[in-house]
Amino acid sequence: MNEKIKFSIDGKECTADKGTNLVDAAKANGIYIPTLCHLEGVKPAGSCRICNVKINGRFMTACTTEVAQGMVIENNTAEIQELRNIIVETLFVSGNHFCPACEKSGNCDLQALGYRFKMMVPRFPYEFEEKLVDAESPKIFIDRNRCILCKRCVRSIKSKDGKSIFAIKGRGHKAMINIDHELANRMTDEEAQNAMDTCPVGSILRKERGYLDPIGRRKFDRQPIGSEIEQAIK
Amino acid sequence: MSKPLVATTSLAGCFGCHMSLLDIDDRILELIDLVDFSKSPVNDIKEFTQMCDIGIIEGGCCNSENVHVLKDFRKNCKILVSLGECAIMGGLPALRNNIPIKECLEEAYLKGPSTRNANPEGILPNDEELPIILDKVYPCHEIVKIDYYLPGCPPRADLIWNALVALVTGDEMKLPYEVVKFD
Repeated sequence: MNEKIKFSIDGKECTADKGTNLVDAAKANGIYIPTLCHLEGVKPAGSCRICNVKINGRFMTACTTEVAQGMVIENNTAEIQELRNIIVETLFVSGNHFCPACEKSGNCDLQALGYRFKMMVPRFPYEFEEKLVDAESPKIFIDRNRCILCKRCVRSIKSKDGKSIFAIKGRGHKAMINIDHELANRMTDEEAQNAMDTCPVGSILRKERGYLDPIGRRKFDRQPIGSEIEQAIK
Repeated sequence: MSKPLVATTSLAGCFGCHMSLLDIDDRILELIDLVDFSKSPVNDIKEFTQMCDIGIIEGGCCNSENVHVLKDFRKNCKILVSLGECAIMGGLPALRNNIPIKECLEEAYLKGPSTRNANPEGILPNDEELPIILDKVYPCHEIVKIDYYLPGCPPRADLIWNALVALVTGDEMKLPYEVVKFD
């Protein structure tokens, strides 16, 4: 049997297997730590910072931190919530997120965090920067207006022989996701769907799909993101 | 005591938010008991005649007339509410925001399929009677101070209703999860 670790989140006593990262450890105890770049089973990158928690009084990203014996973790406090609000609001103004015209609306993790956090308006001015769409591949297209540079696609979408289909080009505010067209041309429908599902926002989309799910039956129409974790263990 | 006065307008919007206001169905009768309407497309009153309690703004600012109307609302309303995505972030009209204004006008008046052959002199609208188009579409709160925001495209009727009732009665607003949506 795996070694069990005891720790606490917001005063609640928790246990998890040794070697588990904090996001998954919290989940096993019915506590939701919001994530955007984290993908279960993929090596964490800690790039979006939304999972910031306070561990023994210091800010750390939960996805890149392994749970340790006796850790005292703050997750649901006003201070941390304010930081997370700022991150979500920053993402909304730095991209061009036209929710009403996005095929991923209702199924988008970023939008769902906006809903969960009750974001009525971002406090920062909108940037409206020009970002390019790449629709050259037959099965998928990438709309960089909506990209939050979480690198989920870069880290997890590979061709059959293990090559990366997506990569980051440029640095800083010029960084953007690029597709290897040669590899993308060989994607099956299933692989294209997987790429779309991997993207937490509406940046990677399948072609000829459009708006499949009616309003009311989309992932986050009725329940806030994370509520399935909170309801699994009470 | 007289009822609170409400004014509404649609700037660079599609009137969908006003339609959603009508979606409160039979509660419209309660609404009439609750408030009076001043300047609004609902009753076609064109000018402010007295200070209003609540101003509801649909749409962002895409031209000089929108800015003029918005500033007029700020001057004549104690509370201003941005209603819907266009008022809050520019919405669909703001899709032009990263395209240079010259390119937008040329596409609309010189190169578009319906104008290509109809405008041989290549005239762009430039009459002093016409509002001047802005360099980009601005969210309302980037022009004047906005007090409250009701997101949605359109905002759900229940969200508008709950907000109006809360503003008029002073009670805390009901915000069920299903009514706050960005689409």
